[in-house]
Amino acid sequence: MTQFLSLLLNGISLGAIYALVALGFVIIFKASEVVSFTQGSLLLLGAYTTARLSGPLGFWLAALAGIVVTALAALIVERLIINRLRGAPVISLAIVTIGVDIILLTELIRRIGSDILNVPHPWGGKSFRIGEVGISQNRLIATLVAGLLIAVFFAAFKYSSWGVAMRASAEDGETAALMGIRLGRVSALAWMVAGALAAVAAVFLVGAPTPGVSPSVYTVSLRAFPAAILGGLDSTGGALAGGMLIGLTESLAAGYQDQLLFLGRGFGDVVPYVVMIIVLLVRPSGLFGTKELTRV
Amino acid sequence: MSESTATKERGATRASRATAAPGRSRTRLIVMAVLLVVLLIAPLYVEEFWLRTGFAVFGAIVGAIGLNLLVGTTGQLSLAHAFFLAVGAISYTYVSGESGGIGIVKLAGLGLPPLVGMIVGVLLAGLAGLLFSPIAARLRGIYLGVASLGLVFIGQHVLNTWTSVTGGFNGRAAPEFSLFGFHFANQDPLLFVAGVEFREAERLWYLGLFIALAAYWFARNLLRSRPGRALQTLRDSEVAASVMGVNVQRYKGRVFLVSSMYAGLSGVLYALSIGSIAPESFGLEVSIQYLAMIVLGGLGSVGGAALGALFISAMPLVFQRYADVLPFVGGAGEGGLAAGEAARFLYGLAIVLVILFEPAGLAGLPARFRRRGRDPGGGAITEPAAAATSSSTTDVPSDRPAQGSST
Repeated sequence: MTQFLSLLLNGISLGAIYALVALGFVIIFKASEVVSFTQGSLLLLGAYTTARLSGPLGFWLAALAGIVVTALAALIVERLIINRLRGAPVISLAIVTIGVDIILLTELIRRIGSDILNVPHPWGGKSFRIGEVGISQNRLIATLVAGLLIAVFFAAFKYSSWGVAMRASAEDGETAALMGIRLGRVSALAWMVAGALAAVAAVFLVGAPTPGVSPSVYTVSLRAFPAAILGGLDSTGGALAGGMLIGLTESLAAGYQDQLLFLGRGFGDVVPYVVMIIVLLVRPSGLFGTKELTRV
Repeated sequence: MSESTATKERGATRASRATAAPGRSRTRLIVMAVLLVVLLIAPLYVEEFWLRTGFAVFGAIVGAIGLNLLVGTTGQLSLAHAFFLAVGAISYTYVSGESGGIGIVKLAGLGLPPLVGMIVGVLLAGLAGLLFSPIAARLRGIYLGVASLGLVFIGQHVLNTWTSVTGGFNGRAAPEFSLFGFHFANQDPLLFVAGVEFREAERLWYLGLFIALAAYWFARNLLRSRPGRALQTLRDSEVAASVMGVNVQRYKGRVFLVSSMYAGLSGVLYALSIGSIAPESFGLEVSIQYLAMIVLGGLGSVGGAALGALFISAMPLVFQRYADVLPFVGGAGEGGLAAGEAARFLYGLAIVLVILFEPAGLAGLPARFRRRGRDPGGGAITEPAAAATSSSTTDVPSDRPAQGSST
């Protein structure tokens, strides 16, 4: 029972981090109809910047710098490439972000090399215990921060003029443009927010129990993809639900791996994809995604 | 490359092209014939490194043509190509390999003739595609892209854990190919043609050339046939396609079948080219490389896919070979870029630039030059020949191209 509870707790915290990244996918998709494969390398960029700068600047400034740098990088990608391709087929847009991702990722991996860069979190690698159930402090703080950020985001999405503009342009871009909403600006902002969210996730992702910044952080971020997809790419609430679902199943599958041994060791790493495929079989546009209707 | 119908820009040029077709098709025919002759006699003049690279390229061409049918022609984004390559490669290795053990690892194998292994590899890859197609047929565009991403990771997991068949993390050796007692190896039988000893590399070259040509020919005919037209309609508008009487679900399933069979064959060739298989050879990066090939070559164009495959698959090998001559590229740890890194930068950049500035890819370049009133010879088409022949100037013997480790 204690094992189950602690797996549950860890799953939720992991899910919160996934939800942050998945939210980035969803925001970008809503604002610019692009499925951004660049998100993974942006996340790694955030982690790398934070790790490199935390020596001279200290953790807090470095984390801030990491978030700013990542948001700016996302902005540059949007302005230089995505903005020029407005109206291109969805597949071309996805492929172009893959291209950007390759370039950025190759450079980052080259810089990181085979080292594992450490991020000196002020809360260290200690763990927090309630009775028998334990969770690393880093993950606990991550859950709280992610929860806060997501709440802020939902509020902004609902009440702020940016949120209204974004929902309007996602609903019907042409009408929104006619109403005086500047689609370019909405899309640019969306990319920046997505970049910042990825960087925040990265800061926590490289803390305990993960050893530090290494290229493998990138593969972790790829698991946020199923989270976004199975929640429904155009549903912000879906990203949250998808993130939680993926986090929980991954944590449970990893925790009970001895019982699941017939599926092979390390099954926890693939379980997000299995869940995604099963969900998509039943609901092709994700749990909360809008069904595509075709009118003739 | 007239079968490439891809993008809107090209639509404008199509009408003018049709009127000028006869003269151009003759030039085209001549170019193809010259290219074929050059490729056929290349093993007599060219050293082993280039033959081995050539064989790897032929394998990649088969895979790229297959992916292009799916992504370029039908508009179904798939990142699962590496998975289907893996199915082909593993099936071949399992069916034709011998049982036995390396150390504590027990390997199973059926020991059947390699040709059977190859056919089974293709069929099983097709079957895997067919099994995935119900999912594929239900999903649209980008959802399919990400769902197929899942297959790659699941495939990696299976490769790593199903040790008796796949050899696990370290992989296993692939059996050499033979055809009715004729071995594609250094001897057995010894073979001399025009005074040149035909060893494994030379023999495999012809095998690869034959298979790549067959794959090319089949795909071109498919695209011109009724199903091919149906697939293109499907890409442009599913509604329009179904109104015209195309069974959307069934065609999506079938194109997945064909594409994954191509991938399976390509996987078998890959196993032969490297001589062994390992999980790292079938990761997400491989899927992305294939995507890069068809984007670079031009979505929807069979010839373009072949060209893209040539560039993307040969680039890291050539970089590695000429690391000391090329600027910016250095060996590992000597500063500069490693060969794999340089190649990745280049093809990442190529993807971005192609989509930004020339969505029709390399296949679209001749048309672009023609529009400007320049020579329509299509310099791009002769590129493989140039690559193959220019090599005779170097004379360092070489081993198998180590593709898996180049990254």
